[in-house]
Amino acid sequence: MEKKYKIPIGPVHVGLKEPITAWLDLEGEKIVGATVRPGAIHRGIEYMARDRNPIQVIYLSERICGICSFSHIMAFVRAVEDAATIPVPPRAQYIRTLVLELERLHSHMLWAGVACYTIGFDSAFHLGMVLREKVMDVLEALSGNRVNYGVGTVGGVRWDITPAVAKSVKDMLRYYRREFSPFYDVVTGDPIALARMRNVGVLTYEEAVRHTAVGPTARASGVRCDLRKTSPYEAYGDFSVEAIVPQDFYGKAYGDVFDRFLVRVHEVYQSLEIIDHVMEGLPEGEILWEKNLNKVLAYTKKAEGTGIASIEAPRGDDTHVVHLAAGDENVTWWKVRAPTYANAVSWPLMFRNNELADAPLIINSIDPCISCMERMLITDASGEKSVVTRTELLDKCREKTRRLMGK
Amino acid sequence: MKLEKYLEILPKSLWVTTCNSGSCNGCDIEIVATISPRYDIERLGMKLVGTPRHADVLVVTGPVTKYMTERLRRIYEQVPDPKVVIAVGNCGASGDVFYKSYNLDGPIDRIIPVDVYVHGCPPRPEAIIEGVAKAVLKLERLRKDLVKASVEGA
Ligand code: SF4
Repeated sequence: MEKKYKIPIGPVHVGLKEPITAWLDLEGEKIVGATVRPGAIHRGIEYMARDRNPIQVIYLSERICGICSFSHIMAFVRAVEDAATIPVPPRAQYIRTLVLELERLHSHMLWAGVACYTIGFDSAFHLGMVLREKVMDVLEALSGNRVNYGVGTVGGVRWDITPAVAKSVKDMLRYYRREFSPFYDVVTGDPIALARMRNVGVLTYEEAVRHTAVGPTARASGVRCDLRKTSPYEAYGDFSVEAIVPQDFYGKAYGDVFDRFLVRVHEVYQSLEIIDHVMEGLPEGEILWEKNLNKVLAYTKKAEGTGIASIEAPRGDDTHVVHLAAGDENVTWWKVRAPTYANAVSWPLMFRNNELADAPLIINSIDPCISCMERMLITDASGEKSVVTRTELLDKCREKTRRLMGK
Repeated sequence: MKLEKYLEILPKSLWVTTCNSGSCNGCDIEIVATISPRYDIERLGMKLVGTPRHADVLVVTGPVTKYMTERLRRIYEQVPDPKVVIAVGNCGASGDVFYKSYNLDGPIDRIIPVDVYVHGCPPRPEAIIEGVAKAVLKLERLRKDLVKASVEGA
């Protein structure tokens, strides 16, 4: 029988995304089991919120995750609006939809670039990052910030679409319609990229449903789920948004990393469509329910109730639940369920029967990322653990060389 | 070979490694943006490397959660001397929005010595590049001191 090894991955990696720890059980190069330990960056955000009023919590919720920051703001603000029954003007709803889609664009492009980087396709990574800068320009034109834009607030949005912003959005749409397909062709037409991603990290339809995968991860396994269609919020009810699943394009859903790539790329095209509709249908009018923040706070202080909001963030369903108590200025309690919680459950399934070299790609494929570093831990078949020191390793290397030389 | 000889052949180009100690990712994607073609720090000879053992500069983001404290310290120790630490982002410098959290040991300068702070939440890529440029100056100085110390010691 082959010897089993246990390899720890993480928590710290090259430079992309959050720390998380995983232990992989290996038989030779093949992964036979995996354990994931999240929680390395637990900051107790929901606890901190209990000392802050809803307006302050907006900026806290933005910093749950810097990539889907607006999705978190949106889910939180909608939950507060639900709890306190605050109406939102139609123009604000359209602007929110616009920013949500811009965020999806930059998040998916970042992911596509990083996926290329993980398989060692560096030129495509740089190409993806060049493309991504264009949508960052639009976000900067709208809000003045590149990340954490602070656009949403209770009862509306803080920045309006001026003619200059509208022009930069149009420029962006034209640019992407022209420049995005070469990137797509370069990656999907590359036989090595195909070989590295096809049939790697497979998650079948049944498994995706059973393990509650969400967002692009579930859609790549062929599950038709998209909150923008099934429970439209903001302006999504005004346009038709179809869930993007690989079987519609290629006849079959493999549920592998390549399908996750395809789904995200097609969602980029879909987002461009939606942004087009938003810009056409943008209604005139107010962008805020109430300009005076003190009045908003006085209103939420009087409100009593629990609000819930679910939105389709770039990685899947993001659900926030907020409770406001009458007479209490602060948020009484707040619960966040981010999409990665749901998707990380499927990791051990995706790892099965893949090679160690594919582990970073698989971890990355649901959209966070980590990789291997430092020390090594060996598990005997008996389950006893021991850390291999440097001298032992050296001896082992020498032993192997001697064996190879036949001595 | 004598110590100063090693120091002479140390390359001037900076190799940078990063450690996310509990950040919101905002700073991390801006760091990634600095290696993208628009900001392109590689033209200045800097590059991101995968292991602290190859690095001259350690870039740390985030307010340092309890779980990451030990790991951050270990990474810091793995970076060979002379080394410079850059704290990117407000939350690494002061805790920022994460003040009053029960799970933080940070900010970063409570765990390891920080040489350059880059402020902003997140700072723009230009600001990060400026921070690294400041680190170059500091590193030069450290290197000179080390050479001097080794000559005097010899
Ligand atoms: S400084 Fe701001 S953007 Fe950077 S990691 Fe901290 S909270 Fe996120």
